[in-house]
Amino acid sequence: MNFVLTEEQEMTKKMVRDFAEKELKPGAEERDDQEKFSRAIFDQMGKLGLTGIPWPEEYGGAGCDFISYVIAVEELSRVDASTGTTLSAHTSLAGWPLYKYGSEEQKKKYLEPMALGEKLGAYALTEAAAGTDAANQSTTARLEEDSYVLNGNKIFITNGGDAEIYIVFAVTDKTKKAKGISAFIVEQGMEGFSFGKKERKMGLRSSPTLELIFENCRVPKENLLGAEGEGFKIAMSTLDGGRNGIAAQAVGIAQGAMEEAVNYAKSREQFGQPIANFQAISFMLADMGTKIEAARLLTYQAAYLESAGLPYGKASAMAKLFAAEMAMEVTTNAVQIFGGYGYTKDYPVERYMRDAKITQIYEGTSEVQRLVISRYLLA
Amino acid sequence: MELLLNKHHLNRREEFRYFAEHELDTGDHFPRENLAKAGQRGYMGLPIPSCWNGQGEDFLTYILMIEEVSRVCASTGVILSVHTSVGTFPLLYYGTVDQKKQYLGKLAGGDLLGAFALTEAGAGSDAAALISSAVVVEGGYRLNGSKLFITAGGEADLITVFATLDRSLGHRGITAFLVEKNQPGLVAGLPEKKMGLSRSKTTALQLEDLFVPTSNRLGAEKEGFQIAMSLLDGGRIGIAAQGLGLAQASLDFTLNYLQQVKGTTNQTNHSSVLIIAELAAKIEAARLLVYRAALAKESGKRCTREASMAKLFATDLAMETATRCLDLFYPASKGGNNPLNRYFCDAKATQIYEGTNQIQRIVIARELLKRLS
Repeated sequence: MNFVLTEEQEMTKKMVRDFAEKELKPGAEERDDQEKFSRAIFDQMGKLGLTGIPWPEEYGGAGCDFISYVIAVEELSRVDASTGTTLSAHTSLAGWPLYKYGSEEQKKKYLEPMALGEKLGAYALTEAAAGTDAANQSTTARLEEDSYVLNGNKIFITNGGDAEIYIVFAVTDKTKKAKGISAFIVEQGMEGFSFGKKERKMGLRSSPTLELIFENCRVPKENLLGAEGEGFKIAMSTLDGGRNGIAAQAVGIAQGAMEEAVNYAKSREQFGQPIANFQAISFMLADMGTKIEAARLLTYQAAYLESAGLPYGKASAMAKLFAAEMAMEVTTNAVQIFGGYGYTKDYPVERYMRDAKITQIYEGTSEVQRLVISRYLLA
Repeated sequence: MELLLNKHHLNRREEFRYFAEHELDTGDHFPRENLAKAGQRGYMGLPIPSCWNGQGEDFLTYILMIEEVSRVCASTGVILSVHTSVGTFPLLYYGTVDQKKQYLGKLAGGDLLGAFALTEAGAGSDAAALISSAVVVEGGYRLNGSKLFITAGGEADLITVFATLDRSLGHRGITAFLVEKNQPGLVAGLPEKKMGLSRSKTTALQLEDLFVPTSNRLGAEKEGFQIAMSLLDGGRIGIAAQGLGLAQASLDFTLNYLQQVKGTTNQTNHSSVLIIAELAAKIEAARLLVYRAALAKESGKRCTREASMAKLFATDLAMETATRCLDLFYPASKGGNNPLNRYFCDAKATQIYEGTNQIQRIVIARELLKRLS
């Protein structure tokens, strides 16, 4: 056991931090305000090799481990959580199932351009009536000759509209319930695939969240991912790792908010001295710092387990639960330390607080994480 | 980054767990027998070099032992922690060769039990405010004053006592002394009546014209406060491990209870299970903080931040876990006896001693404000 980053992990951290400070920070507020997704940022991440960190070089990846990957998501989110979620959805939700379940051909055709940053990926599981109850899918896929014909609507799709490649889940056999769900690789531009309403959100506003509409969308048979009926298993196992990406995002958001709060507390004077001198403030900072480090260790541990090929479902659920709850608390207290100024758009902490909320909700709500963890405990 | 215990640590943890579960008693007397058994196995000197009769293990191995022992008996846990972290390490770090020959080997082998006497009625968190005095006399020093809340007081064989040579110098006048149990002038008070850790015997120690030969001064004159402070990080990690063990004990007991309920009624109490799940995640986080702090200490680098974070988080969690588990268990515990009551009462102390958690927050905030500038 050691808690020291390897040289490669350190390099990733430094490189992504520099990138985030230089390229993300200046426009983060404006992109949030205008709900503007920047493809140019994704392209830059591609050039830096961030869009396929954990995938082997033969598929265009960087061949690094999952700790390097979560460090990247964390560092992006420390400055701009929307960009963090773009990379997390692209890598964990779209890239991972391709890497894990894709045929050699599918990996070459889809994973490689994604890893190289030429194409952006997305994951489409959620429907209006299938949120936490994800198996309650109503999108259907009917095999007709050499194609599956998809019909239905997906909602809340991160990277929706801008992504070229979508991992879409649909029912191929209704009688089999969860075991009748299958996964498909759908490309933007396929006939019958269109985009619906773009959500207006309280946070992660420069990460697009869209509805996907499938109307007799014909997907070539070879774009079935895994076997027929394997879709729900693919969806759930994808989320195990995805959760860790969200944990990393939560850690990054909290770290960014705490740093802002520390700097403010040192410079803001009241009663003739910096407010950091008051224990009401400094004790909040101490709790923030402690909980952030605890969450970071849980996150790295889950990533470590995944890299080592060991079971990580319980660890990633723990990391996600703890980190998300922590991020909400830390960002709320960061706004508190800024007082009235924190509530205004003059300072970034209100954005951090808005961005933190979703980490308790997506890729399995905190309530679902508790359920997942309890199943491991009671097993 | 390597985030799993290695084989050696896993093996030793298994051994500590077996020892704790099968060898330790949980009676209500001072745990002499437990300490004797621990001593026989070398657990009284795990991180002490083998040339001084210790086991030459790393700090993490020692921490694993404190965690596992505390899971079964937190009183034994704190006595072992105090004995090692602040009873034995000061000799290793600051003792002369003669002092080491006389005491260190016996402490590490479990022949002597160590204790630490810093606190006074007016010097708790503000340890530098102590007023016990040491006056230079022929051949040594004469100590007068009153020490409070001394773990294993009246039982420990060798006590590191802090007194000031010159109060006007503040903390710079404080000096450390090695005092043996039966020396004339050292009088242990009656055991404090405490809400928890009832076996660990906490007493006052009166220093009444207590003569200490020069050869028993630890470190240089006026070096005492620096000695005391240098031991804090290690001591805090020990208490963090105690909190961790206690939290795990509460969780294990309650989980077992819920499984039994499930077994008899075939119903899972949903909300209870969700609370347990959240506590389990926090315990995992605490464990990582504690192990990280232990490894940081072992590396020899400054580990103040890591130690305080581990202590704060793990001991607050020990209290939270015991409290919430008691809530869950309560309907079944009416009128009965269950170990959760003990865990709850024991856990409270971990938030207070070796630096209250308010002190930990001061330390952590100072570190954060320093780092980010």
